[in-house]
Amino acid sequence: MKYIAEFRSKEGARHLAQEIKKAAETGRTYNIMEFCGGHTHAIFRYGVQDLVPDNVKFIHGPGCPVCVLPVPRIDNAIQLAKDHDAILCTYADMMRVPASKKQSLIKAKAEGADIRMVYSTQDALRIARDNPARQVVFFAIGFETTTPPTAVALKQAKAEALENFSVFCNHVLTPSAMRHILQQPQDGDGDPVIIDGFLGPSHVSSIIGSKPYEVFAREFGKPVVIAGFEPLDVMQSTLMMIRQINEGRCQVENEYTRVVTPEGNQKAQRLVHEVLELRDSFEWRGLGWVPESALQIRPEFAAFDAEKRFKLIRSTGRDVKGCACPEILRGSKRPTDCKLFGTVCTPDNPQGSCMVSSEGSCAAYWSYGRFRMERDQLANPSQKQQPEGTI
Amino acid sequence: MTTTKRFPTRLNMKNDRVNMTHGSGGRAMAQLIDELFLTYFDNELLRQGNDQASFAVSAGRMVMSTDGHVVSPLFFPGGDIGSLSVHGTINDVAMSGAKPLYLSASFILEEGYPLADLKRIVISMAAAAKDAGVPIVTGDTKVVEAGKGDGVFITTTGVGVVPEGVSLSGVQVEPGDVVLLSGPIGDHGVAIMSSRENLEFETTIVSDSAPLHDLVAEMVKAVPAIKCMRDPTRGGVASTLNELAQQAGVGFALEEEAIPVRNEVRAACELLGLDPLYVANEGKLVAVCRAQDAEHLLAAMRAHPKGAQAAIIGKAVADDLSFVTMETVFGGNRIVDWLAGEQLPRIC
Repeated sequence: MKYIAEFRSKEGARHLAQEIKKAAETGRTYNIMEFCGGHTHAIFRYGVQDLVPDNVKFIHGPGCPVCVLPVPRIDNAIQLAKDHDAILCTYADMMRVPASKKQSLIKAKAEGADIRMVYSTQDALRIARDNPARQVVFFAIGFETTTPPTAVALKQAKAEALENFSVFCNHVLTPSAMRHILQQPQDGDGDPVIIDGFLGPSHVSSIIGSKPYEVFAREFGKPVVIAGFEPLDVMQSTLMMIRQINEGRCQVENEYTRVVTPEGNQKAQRLVHEVLELRDSFEWRGLGWVPESALQIRPEFAAFDAEKRFKLIRSTGRDVKGCACPEILRGSKRPTDCKLFGTVCTPDNPQGSCMVSSEGSCAAYWSYGRFRMERDQLANPSQKQQPEGTI
Repeated sequence: MTTTKRFPTRLNMKNDRVNMTHGSGGRAMAQLIDELFLTYFDNELLRQGNDQASFAVSAGRMVMSTDGHVVSPLFFPGGDIGSLSVHGTINDVAMSGAKPLYLSASFILEEGYPLADLKRIVISMAAAAKDAGVPIVTGDTKVVEAGKGDGVFITTTGVGVVPEGVSLSGVQVEPGDVVLLSGPIGDHGVAIMSSRENLEFETTIVSDSAPLHDLVAEMVKAVPAIKCMRDPTRGGVASTLNELAQQAGVGFALEEEAIPVRNEVRAACELLGLDPLYVANEGKLVAVCRAQDAEHLLAAMRAHPKGAQAAIIGKAVADDLSFVTMETVFGGNRIVDWLAGEQLPRIC
């Protein structure tokens, strides 16, 4: 398949594996955080860790939009459908994410709430047009990539005076989360995570460009390589990262030049700016309250803001006891460090958000990588082993 | 003396709809059966007009299988619920190595469903049964109130006989055995998805829905010692091999490069975030045989139109944990796990 197969070629992988092996100096460890769930997925889906030396470690970041949404926001979404009798339109990934009181959107749906899976904001608008007597709420989640379509929907709703439509806005910002993770070792809760550099997001960067990452190189001394989501992109970026670390450089490099420019998609940025504005603070699963890390709907569009239209009761719901998703999202624990992993928490019965989405690191470990760990354990029953080359 | 007509006026197939009387057991139901089901499914056993079909059985092992069909939408590129309900059950019977003989069909109709659409389904079902040479010899009709069904649900049951010397079962699979696949995967699931109301996209992909008993007959003729066959429907090839691995207490090692997938299907899966290994098929089979029989079996499959693109995709390996693993196109390794959750509801 054109433009896909080229980035998954075995020959390319072999060549890059040799280059990485040559570049990675023995006697030191390279701790590379791949921010995005898309990268985590590619690493496991294609077995990239088999192709890099053991001292190149991938630390999975919080860039899984489904994973970082905290329990109270999902509780609110369920409230909208159940207590306010709205048609709640959601991306399918959200359906199985655990809320409080053992609830989830899919369970609420089974109990009679009108929750519909949509593939785009346009589907939600159509449902609103088709059901003028019902309130229709779009459950907007995601990083900068999914924000522009939400902005478009809000503008359209206003232009059409589609009064029964509103948006429950949960859009979050990548650079704020990266900053928060980097500040954590200084003021964190005692579980600092060592990061030598970041593989930067691919789709997010196509919108925001490469410039917003410069602060991490400049102020925090961490190299950033913006990486595409295909496995060869990940390997090429890993090689670029190792070379930066070896040479003591701290720069923002762009491996994903076929899509990402320094300035990004300015039209999309303008559109988002017109409709949405910074929130003072937003709660993330795993990171807690992070200042200026999310967007809310501007007053000009307040008529279409579900948080203003409906009286939402702030839930005090927390993560399931024992669930290590918060630490895993910060990169300070591995999925296999969690007591629930593979025991009560599996993709069929997820207890934490990281086990739900295919981009979640627990789901990736479980679905693609656990054979290494279990086979090793079978061979050495006394040790709890980890898949090689990953953290 | 002229005979009194059983039904004074014929059913208006063009404009009428299913109503509650069509399932009441009274005259209206008799008329629907007579003018629709008997007319199109017509065969000697059905014509006897009994509540059951009665037929002689040959000596040997018989197999029986049943399958409920709730596919949405009812009509999709490459088929409809009618043909699918015939193919699905024929294939379930055939995977034992059997020659399918007869089918039964049970319809649950929703009040208000257009008779014209029901007629289309019945005609398609009759044609599928005729093409396969497996008649529908008994049936049942029920009607549920509007809103309690989704147009039409069809359950079919099939019986067949297994040729002498053929004994297929998953428990026979051993390390070293070879896994064969009859052709490119994912066509059915992607065809259904492309016609879903909220996801319509233009594609040339059609469902692979087809009866496989003729291919199976050639396969068991060529290699009677074939160990096991499965049709990878819901959950796709991945789920089928995981079931088999558990049953046989072995692992499987696959090669991603060897697994045939059409470019259009691959592209649609990329776009939708699906993995073709988990997408449903309705006209493909997975077979396992001894290594020394593999090339011969592959040649027999490829000689048949329904197996023209057959391929050897991996082998059974000793593994106490029964993992299905795969060397990826990229050269790394990963698990091919059970399907978690629901990739695509109501696919068949």
